[in-house]
Amino acid sequence: MANIIDVKNLTKKFGDFEAVKDVSFSIEEGDIFAFLGPNGAGKSTTIKMLTTLLHPTTGEILINGFNPVTHSDAARHSFGIVFQDPSLDEDLTALENLKLHGVLYHVPAETLKKRIDELLTLVELSDRRNDFVRDFSGGMKRRLEIARGLLHHPKIIFLDEPTLGLDPQTRNHLWRYVQKLNADEGITVFFTTHYMEEAEHIAKHIAVIDNGTIVAQGTNEELQKQTGAATLEEAFLKLTGSAIRDDVGNSTDQMRNHYRMRHGGRR
Amino acid sequence: MQTIYIMWLREVKRFIRSKSRIVGALGQPLLFLIALGYGLGPVFAKAGQGNYLQFIAPGIIGMSIIFTAIFNGMQVIWDRQFGFLKETMVAPVSRLSIMFGRTLGGATVSTAQGTLVLILATLAGFRPVSSIGIFPAILAMLLIALLFSALGIMVASLLKDMQGFQLIMNFLVMPLFFLSGALFPLNNVPAALLIVARFDPLSYGVDALRYFLIGTANFPLILDFSVLAAVTAIFLGLGSYFFSQIEV
Repeated sequence: MANIIDVKNLTKKFGDFEAVKDVSFSIEEGDIFAFLGPNGAGKSTTIKMLTTLLHPTTGEILINGFNPVTHSDAARHSFGIVFQDPSLDEDLTALENLKLHGVLYHVPAETLKKRIDELLTLVELSDRRNDFVRDFSGGMKRRLEIARGLLHHPKIIFLDEPTLGLDPQTRNHLWRYVQKLNADEGITVFFTTHYMEEAEHIAKHIAVIDNGTIVAQGTNEELQKQTGAATLEEAFLKLTGSAIRDDVGNSTDQMRNHYRMRHGGRR
Repeated sequence: MQTIYIMWLREVKRFIRSKSRIVGALGQPLLFLIALGYGLGPVFAKAGQGNYLQFIAPGIIGMSIIFTAIFNGMQVIWDRQFGFLKETMVAPVSRLSIMFGRTLGGATVSTAQGTLVLILATLAGFRPVSSIGIFPAILAMLLIALLFSALGIMVASLLKDMQGFQLIMNFLVMPLFFLSGALFPLNNVPAALLIVARFDPLSYGVDALRYFLIGTANFPLILDFSVLAAVTAIFLGLGSYFFSQIEV
């Protein structure tokens, strides 16, 4: 099958700091791909480059055949994203959040209504459609964000730590939707997580990134065989070491740290 | 076009729903009108300048517009912190249309707030010179609102978090308001202050409001509108540029 995501020699520098170093990978259409790595390994920076939020320093990306730098709008139509932190407008209702998304993605009005009904049913929020998002629990917000990310029929859905802070019930539910979508609609799933058992059970392919470089990739079995580990968690720890990482935070924080270093500790 | 509309609609909906914010934002203008209007009124009258309440009401309307518009623009920072900004940044629409929609929305709600203050001022004893003058006055309000909404978004695009908020309040919004001639006539002030006031776009906005609401003005009306339109165009341009440079 054709590759829906192609990444070649991708590098991102913030000043002298190389957050992502010469990363290459490709993902086939219909895959469920887990992107794993300790905090500050370069996961978020990579996702931001894939989703047009950051420009690569060097290297090439193709999302559904489109370069996110030169054809950003075509690339943006191709994917939906659930960010690590919620990105809903809490002062609008669930329905209004979805409608706004539909307009931003040019979903025709007649299909929009049908699609919203469909997705709200899928994420079991139909009866809460007119409630304000600020009254939703963390799990409900996540579900609504997934519905929103799928609204424009994307070919790829990016899920950046989608289960962070959710209870096991909601997590199971969420992964069941994702697997169902992957099976029914053939949507490619790209996700990050710190829960190794999720990657083990859900992902068809896994890449492990550390210090900005991909240290291993393959199926769960391949990674375990390669490292002689019995579980993915063990394989992950063997690949990335067991030292605790300082979370350098997001790219803005990185830039800010960098700035502070250069300018003698002032902000 | 649709993007501009939906972003405009978002601002308007949020405004209508935040009843406490609307009422809260009326408190300060009311205090200014009553405390200054009636408190300084006798002194102002003795100085031969006429009715002070009549004089400051247009200035207070200008104040409420600049505050609402800049606060509204600063919403970009909240959206950055609460994540919603990212949703608009990955959407396949131009950032220009997002910025325009937000600016128009901010201008609409600020004009609404300004109109509410006008009603409030009338209740407090303010009498517009003619009822027909109210319509061009609202047009002037819209222009002031547009100008400062664009400025608010521009400033917010350059800030990472709310820590710079005090800085903006004390070194941008307050000086713009206090040095604009909203509270005092510009015809007898020291030359230095007049020069400063002439560089403050709010001076021209308040001047246009005075022209329509109380029939006196310091600058020619054509100058007021030219300056407001030109500065609005500049801020819209700069605002769109800085907004398009935001990295989330």
